[in-house]
Amino acid sequence: MTDALSHEKLIGALAADLKPVKPLRAFVRRAAVWLGVVVAMAGILSLFADLPGVAARLTMAPDMWLALSGSVLTAILGAIAAFQLALPDRNPWWALLPLPGLLLWLSASGLGCLRTAVGMGVYAHIFAESRDCLVFIVSMSVPLTGLLILMLRRGYSLRPNLTGLVAGIAVAGASVALLNLVHPHDPSVVGLAVHGVGVVIVAIANWTLGGRIFSSKL
Amino acid sequence: MPDKGKRTYDTETDRQWSGWMARAQTGDRQSYDHLLRGCLPFIAQVARGQRVPADRVDDVVQDVLMTLHRSRHTYDPSRSFTAWLRVIAQRRAIDVLRRSGRHNRREIYAPLALEMYADPDANTADGWEKAGRSAQIGEAIAGLSPGQKEAVERLVLREQSLDEAAIATGRSKGALKVNLHRAMHNLRAQFGGGE
Repeated sequence: MTDALSHEKLIGALAADLKPVKPLRAFVRRAAVWLGVVVAMAGILSLFADLPGVAARLTMAPDMWLALSGSVLTAILGAIAAFQLALPDRNPWWALLPLPGLLLWLSASGLGCLRTAVGMGVYAHIFAESRDCLVFIVSMSVPLTGLLILMLRRGYSLRPNLTGLVAGIAVAGASVALLNLVHPHDPSVVGLAVHGVGVVIVAIANWTLGGRIFSSKL
Repeated sequence: MPDKGKRTYDTETDRQWSGWMARAQTGDRQSYDHLLRGCLPFIAQVARGQRVPADRVDDVVQDVLMTLHRSRHTYDPSRSFTAWLRVIAQRRAIDVLRRSGRHNRREIYAPLALEMYADPDANTADGWEKAGRSAQIGEAIAGLSPGQKEAVERLVLREQSLDEAAIATGRSKGALKVNLHRAMHNLRAQFGGGE
C-alpha cells in the first residue's frame, strides 16, 4: 500500500513537472554535424599546409594512406557509436563499432614503424617533432571534445563512462587524421608511441570527464 | 502456456503507449499520467524477469519512472515504445541488483555476534534522554520557515535526492540547497553548536 502510494505521488510529481520537449534529432544527423566541424577544421588547416608535400608523403607507401584511412574511419565510426550510446535504449555493443578503424589505424602505423625502423638514427630530432605532434593532438582534441560532449549531453546515456571513452576514441581519431596535414615526418616507433600517448590521454580524459558530465544528469 | 500473472503487451498497447508518449513530449500531462500508470506493471514484470528480489522491484519501478521522465526527449515516436522502455527497465534493474549486491557484501550473517552485542538502546534512561532530544529537534524543525522545513523533511528525514525533492516540491535544486543550509545553520544555533 505504501509503495502504491509512493508510486502515486511520484507519478503525480512527474506529471506536474512535465514540460514540452523537443525530440532529439536522428543520431546520424548529429554525428554528421560533428564530423562536419572536423572537415571544416581540416579545410582551415589545409590553407596553411603543404598539400603537395602531404600528398607525396601519403602516396609514398601504402601504410601511410592506410593509417590515415584508419584514423578517419575511427573518427567516423567512433562518432556514430558515441551518439548511439548517448541514447538510453541502445545496446552497449555499439562501443565496438570503431574497432575496425582502430585496428586498421594501429596496424598500418605499426607497419610504417617497421618500414622506417632501419635507418632512423636521429632520435633527438624525432623526439622533438613527436612532442610537437603530442601537443597538436591534445590541443586539437580540446575543442572537438568540448563540442562532442556538448552534443552528447543532449542525449541521456545510461553508460556515461563507456560513452565518454568511445567519444574519446572518435576525438583521438579525428585529431590524428588532422595531424596528417601538418605532420613533418614518417611514422616511427617513437612517433607511434607518442601518438599512442596522445590518443590514450584524449580517450582517458573523455572517459572521466564525459563520464562525470553525463552521469550528473542521471 | 503463459506464466500465471504475466501480461503480454501486444502491438495495440505499444501503439497506444507510443501515442501517449508522443503527446507527453508536447507537454500533454493527461497522456503522460495515463502512460506512467499503464507502465507500472510492465516495468515490474521486466524487473522480476531480471531476477530482482520482490522487495526491490518498487525501487526499480521508481528509478525507471525517473529515467523515463528525464530521457523522454530521446524517445523516437516512430520506434516501439515497449522496446525502448524494456531496455531502460532492464538496465535500471541491473543497477539495483548491483547496488543491493554491494550492500549485501558489506553485511555478514553472524547470529552469535548479534546475540553478544550489547544494545545501547537497552539503557532506559538513555532512551528517555533520546526521546526528549527527538522532541526538542521536532519542535526546532517545526519552528523553521516553511521552505526550510520542507527542505529538511525531504532531504534529511526522508533522505530524498535533490532531484527527487526538486520534482516533488516544484522548486529548484539551488533553492532547496540554500534552504537546507539555512535550516541547518538555524538548528545548530538553537542547539548551541558552532559554525
